[in-house]
Amino acid sequence: MRNELLEEEKLDSAGPVQKDKMPAQKPVKSTSSGIGYKIGLGFIYVVLGIVAVFQIFPLIWLFLFSLKDNQEVFELSPFAIPTDPKWENYVKVWTEGNISQYFLNSVVYTASSVILTVLLASMVTFAITRMKWKLNGLVLGLFMVGLMIPIHSTLIPLFSTFSSIGLIDHPLSIILTYTAFNLPITIMILFGFYQVLPREVEEAAIMDGASIHRIFFQVTLPMTAPVMATAAIINMIYNWNEFVFVNTFISSENFKTLTVGIQNFIGQYSTDWGAIGATLMISILPILLAFLFLSNRIVEGISAGSVKG
Amino acid sequence: MDKAMSNPKVIMLYTLPALFLLLALIYVPIVQTGYYGLMKWNGMGSKEFIGLVNYSRLIEDPLFWSSAYHSFLLALFSTLSLVGYLLISVILAGKIKGANTLRKIYLIPMLLASVAIAQLWMKIYHPTNGILNNLLMSIGIEEPPMWLANPDLVLFAIFIPIIWQYAGFYILIYYAALKNIPESLVESARIDGATAWDIAWKIKIPLIMNVIKVTIVLAVVGSLKYFDLIYIMTNGGPNGASEVMASYMYGQAFRGFDFGYASAIGFFLLVICLVITWLIRKVTATKEEIQY
Repeated sequence: MRNELLEEEKLDSAGPVQKDKMPAQKPVKSTSSGIGYKIGLGFIYVVLGIVAVFQIFPLIWLFLFSLKDNQEVFELSPFAIPTDPKWENYVKVWTEGNISQYFLNSVVYTASSVILTVLLASMVTFAITRMKWKLNGLVLGLFMVGLMIPIHSTLIPLFSTFSSIGLIDHPLSIILTYTAFNLPITIMILFGFYQVLPREVEEAAIMDGASIHRIFFQVTLPMTAPVMATAAIINMIYNWNEFVFVNTFISSENFKTLTVGIQNFIGQYSTDWGAIGATLMISILPILLAFLFLSNRIVEGISAGSVKG
Repeated sequence: MDKAMSNPKVIMLYTLPALFLLLALIYVPIVQTGYYGLMKWNGMGSKEFIGLVNYSRLIEDPLFWSSAYHSFLLALFSTLSLVGYLLISVILAGKIKGANTLRKIYLIPMLLASVAIAQLWMKIYHPTNGILNNLLMSIGIEEPPMWLANPDLVLFAIFIPIIWQYAGFYILIYYAALKNIPESLVESARIDGATAWDIAWKIKIPLIMNVIKVTIVLAVVGSLKYFDLIYIMTNGGPNGASEVMASYMYGQAFRGFDFGYASAIGFFLLVICLVITWLIRKVTATKEEIQY
């Protein structure tokens, strides 16, 4: 059932033409197989390969210099493979600076905001798609317009408000802001799924006399688990990488996240390339791991969260 | 059943928490930004109402307009690069082996933190030890440029990583849209003798026009409010050569402590983004959607 729903959702998102679902057809083999065709195809692969190398090579280079000491960085070719990998660069940055503290903060802020965002967004989407009231279109519209608002247009008032209520330099300012700014895209991802989710199970539960809360928590939420996972991973990536809010609202080392922390940390180590490389690798590793195991979900979430806008 | 599903108390319970956050942290602040733009205010002390002084200063501020010009250049650059992404996606969505893996590889930079991307590209552009200049020196260019310190080059030197960051995102969107085109449409055109070029231009691209419009809005608005890499890599420098609207606003607020003027810039940025979105949708609106 899950795959069917996702399939429907995708079809739904791309305009009127895709509505008439075509029976799957075997691709007809191309008749042109001359030498010119083969050269053309070879050329295409070369171009696509070059793009792939361009996208991935900087990261490989980053990994290489994270394992070098300055002597290797400055005296040997930047493309050289480190002969004696300096894993101690990683140990050094993890133990010397506040990187472990930043890392922990990133985990805590990201996890709390993701849980809060997905729960609140599910509640709103449930109310909009399942319950009967007049203003549901307006509320949905408010959230969707929220997608277009540049964060810089909110930064000064948020800074000033958080200062006056004592939330500046407080983790709550970050968690609440992340939640508010991610609600629109999360609702957008959930909305497509809720729309095509069959209502029979929920209706049967109502007939049986179950309360709304029971239906939401015990029927709807479990049924929407796959799309909640998709929304959660997208939220996780955004929150983990966020920079401006933490840079503006947080000043204590104890509360900084990895993105802002490493920005300051790198300033101190400006000439130690190995340490910088190791720091950057530590900061992107969780995302790379998530990508390795959940790439399909990430791809799905990014497409669902963009095209309908 | 209807009664249970239209209980106003339950509806409020389910929508108000999220709605409160949305209003308190997004909608109220944008109104406040416009209002603070009417004030002389250093961010801490009291605000003094000065009417439209900040807004008229904005109109006459050459530094603001040069940063706006850079933002629009980025918007133009990003929009033009959509053509390249579209081309790559059309090829990928054809019968290419490994297309799925390739588009995922293309996507990786978009998932990484701007700080990491910025730091990495600062190393790539490093005058003596970066890979770029090493490559240039190895092919015989003796004095390769200082990419981030040269006012004539810095803007484009930053555009490249921005493109690098977002390329996979747009390719992903186009690829998904192209894969949704019913195979039978393409097949029947092929049987009628259409070339691959014709099929791409006359069938596939018109069919995904709606998606293309959305990506134009995303690219333009995303560029106009762009901040991260520029702030981290050059902070608008050298001497304003890479300043964009958002970085200029941030500097006015948190370095210059001119919160009133910065608010006016922030409000102007909001208006530009909303107007441009509306304008693009209006210009690209077709009378009727293509039906098959």
